[in-house]
Amino acid sequence: MTELSDDPRFTDPDGFYAALVARLDHAPDAVAFLSRLVLILGNEIGDQRVLQAAFEAADMNRESGR
Amino acid sequence: MASEQATVVIAGAGMVGLTLAIDLTLQGVPVVVLEKGQGAAHGSRSICQAKRTLEIWDRLGVGDTIRNRGVTWQVGRVFLRDHEVYAFDLLPEPGHNMPAFVNLQQYHVEALLRARFFELGGVVREGHALTSVVPRADGVEIAVEGPDGAYRIAAAWLVSCEGVRSVVRRQLGLAFEGSVFEDKFLICDVRMAEAFPTERWFWFEPPFHAGQTALLHRQADDVWRIDLQLGRDAAADQETRPESAARRIAGMLGHDRFSFEWISLYAFQCRTLERYVHGRIVFAGDSAHQVSPFGARGGNGGVQDADNLAWKLARVVSGAAPESLLQSYDAERRWAADENILSSTRATDFMSPRTPASRTMRDQVLEMARSRPFARRLINSGRLSVPCHLAGSPLTLPDADTWATGAFGPGSPAMDAPIRTSEGPGWLLRRLSGGFTVLHLPNGDAPQALQIGGERVPVLRLGRDVFDDTGLLGARYDLRPGSTLLFRPDQHLIVRSRGFDAAALEAGVRLALGWRPQEAAA
Repeated sequence: MTELSDDPRFTDPDGFYAALVARLDHAPDAVAFLSRLVLILGNEIGDQRVLQAAFEAADMNRESGR
Repeated sequence: MASEQATVVIAGAGMVGLTLAIDLTLQGVPVVVLEKGQGAAHGSRSICQAKRTLEIWDRLGVGDTIRNRGVTWQVGRVFLRDHEVYAFDLLPEPGHNMPAFVNLQQYHVEALLRARFFELGGVVREGHALTSVVPRADGVEIAVEGPDGAYRIAAAWLVSCEGVRSVVRRQLGLAFEGSVFEDKFLICDVRMAEAFPTERWFWFEPPFHAGQTALLHRQADDVWRIDLQLGRDAAADQETRPESAARRIAGMLGHDRFSFEWISLYAFQCRTLERYVHGRIVFAGDSAHQVSPFGARGGNGGVQDADNLAWKLARVVSGAAPESLLQSYDAERRWAADENILSSTRATDFMSPRTPASRTMRDQVLEMARSRPFARRLINSGRLSVPCHLAGSPLTLPDADTWATGAFGPGSPAMDAPIRTSEGPGWLLRRLSGGFTVLHLPNGDAPQALQIGGERVPVLRLGRDVFDDTGLLGARYDLRPGSTLLFRPDQHLIVRSRGFDAAALEAGVRLALGWRPQEAAA
């Protein structure tokens, strides 16, 4: 299976987190905002093998085995 | 009413006021220090004294004393519930005189700064409260209420180092605005004999304090700082009762063998004045800007204000620099305050998410950090105070050559390194402590010093005046034969080049003194 990067790749991690949370806190519907964000980031990544690996990694039922 | 004249009046004898008073005294500027209270501050205030702050105090001759009185640390650990998520080391490289941090209660720091100020002949007027100020074109009329009655001072300059509740700021009617955080924090200093290591321990959702955050950090003399987040509805009169606080602390420690030195409940704020220089009135420290405590950026930011201001004000007072030089204090320290406010706001937001959605996001960062290292970088328990790089300062010149020095460049504070001189082993920063200084790796003839206006500028020639036996200095500054760096009296880099050019150094000093090129003959 495709390996995802575990190393920090954010050029500005604190800036990323602050901007994300600011949007989240002001979104009328947080789940809708996050859904749109996943779709946009998913298209940026594009590669279905990478996306599939991300789904696996984000699935807490599988995560608990790590 | 009695009236007196003064050159510089400093209102407030806390860490910032005393640092400024010592620095100005060392530079020959007479100061009057007014302090409305008696003795050093008591209670829970700054404890984490950062490396840059220690370097400033070392320049003022009190660095070793403060370091030796406190406890040195550099490792922090972050816990989620009952397990460690990650640890960090703030000073992983050797070859620095000062450690990443020394924890020392503010009342001890102030007592040691006072002792240094008294040693220099300084006086703190205790019990003298500033009651009103009237700005004038060439000075400030100050009214003071002292133990023997009211009097007036006609001062050329007034520096407000009074803290968050500045009277001067209110007298001038200046807006002091920013953000308020709703969550309240119980801050206690407890005395106990514990064998925990001298590290910063921070918990998210600890078993002993469900759903909140907690901090444990050692200070000098078996005193420990404990912060417990209490949410937005905590009632001060309830939580600050010793029985109530003791129950929470005993739950954390698993025993009750401790006594309280201080208990208080805080709601944090981040605010700043729009400008720090108002004619002949200057603001420094908490009277200029206030931050939340996570990151230790309040006291450290204030001491760095004093460091930035002292050499400029001394030269404006003597006429060696134009009054407009103080606009650079305003620009540089406002830049630094914005950085500190941004950093402490982000840390506080991470600890106190504002909505259920951001709470979930925060919790998932913490959960994911256990197995995925990238997420650890997003956890924010306070980004600890680092010196500001004043890259955009009007007192610097951009590089014309390339240098492999990472974040260090024009506007950065000097990096320390071990050196040897005819007097034996020492530290670079101690040799950058008298005024403007040049560091140079000779590739030909270079003078021992330059005379620029009224400034005698020593040239530290590597291999002649100072020796880099370890090679750390050369590596840290990417030195090659001919490399030349010019530092300000507060140890910040003005300009650097790959060759020695006396005319360029003279232009650099004049730029840093605030003279425009056409005034260069002054």
